[in-house]
Amino acid sequence: MLDAIDRRLIAATQGGLPLVREPYRVLAEQLGLDEADVLARLQGLLDRGAIRRIGAIPNHYALGFTANGMSVWDIADEVVADVGAKVGALDFVTHCYERPRHLPIWPYNLFAMVHGKTRDEVRDKVAEIALLVGSAARSHDILFSTRILKKTGLRIAA
Amino acid sequence: MASLDPTARAIVNGLQGGFPLTPRPFRDAGRALGLTEDELLEGVQDLTTSGALSRFGPLWNAEQVGGGVCLAAIAVPLQRFDEVVEKVNAHAEIAHNYERAHALNMWFVISSDDPRRIEQVIAEIERETGLAVHAMPKTREFFVGFKVEV
Repeated sequence: MLDAIDRRLIAATQGGLPLVREPYRVLAEQLGLDEADVLARLQGLLDRGAIRRIGAIPNHYALGFTANGMSVWDIADEVVADVGAKVGALDFVTHCYERPRHLPIWPYNLFAMVHGKTRDEVRDKVAEIALLVGSAARSHDILFSTRILKKTGLRIAA
Repeated sequence: MASLDPTARAIVNGLQGGFPLTPRPFRDAGRALGLTEDELLEGVQDLTTSGALSRFGPLWNAEQVGGGVCLAAIAVPLQRFDEVVEKVNAHAEIAHNYERAHALNMWFVISSDDPRRIEQVIAEIERETGLAVHAMPKTREFFVGFKVEV
């Protein structure tokens, strides 16, 4: 569970670290904490998975990765854990989840998000996934986003 | 798309994780990239100013820090699309919403500090629109090795 200080750390860093030589010292000053305490807390949050990673967070769109396709797969339940692990390990897959089917409209239980510079590039990458998955996939599809209807970031109040 | 110089490319490709938790992290990370402390710091400043990076720092796991998160989809009749967008987006808990090319043509993420709100928001949207909301909570998350290469 996160405590109040963790939540203040989130609120203070969700827009990024101070871009100075000693970012954690500046952050600690902003929050009225010791630098050593800030470093220890961030390490703990990283170890627990509350922080996925620390570093450059690319803007896919600005870097030219303007196509995104949600590839979806119908994989036998007995092998989905194994197949998902392999698909997630591909370097062009940004998210990979198992989710429930909704029959008959939705037979797919494995979701792998693929980013590319063009839709054709996304299709090529999905074809690579299909080769890797082989006969474990009963069917698959790619859902391209055609319009962003709403987009807000993570917003945590202190 | 902005063209990137070798320093910028080294930063984007080499520093999408593992930024050190040390008092002088730009100096320590720069060593591994063959950059001085100030070269790395200025490179990161330039990349965030130009918008090539959304930001530089921790990537928080929304689910762990923000309560509940759930993907959901609706098959919206085309003639009702705009009206349904308005009703769905009116809920503050809708973090993003995408139109996608499929019979299930509206895909959105519900996110709330209070995990109990997820089910309530789904019920509210079903009542307001008269359409079935298909909840697709993740049942398993697979590790992703993803890195943007530029």
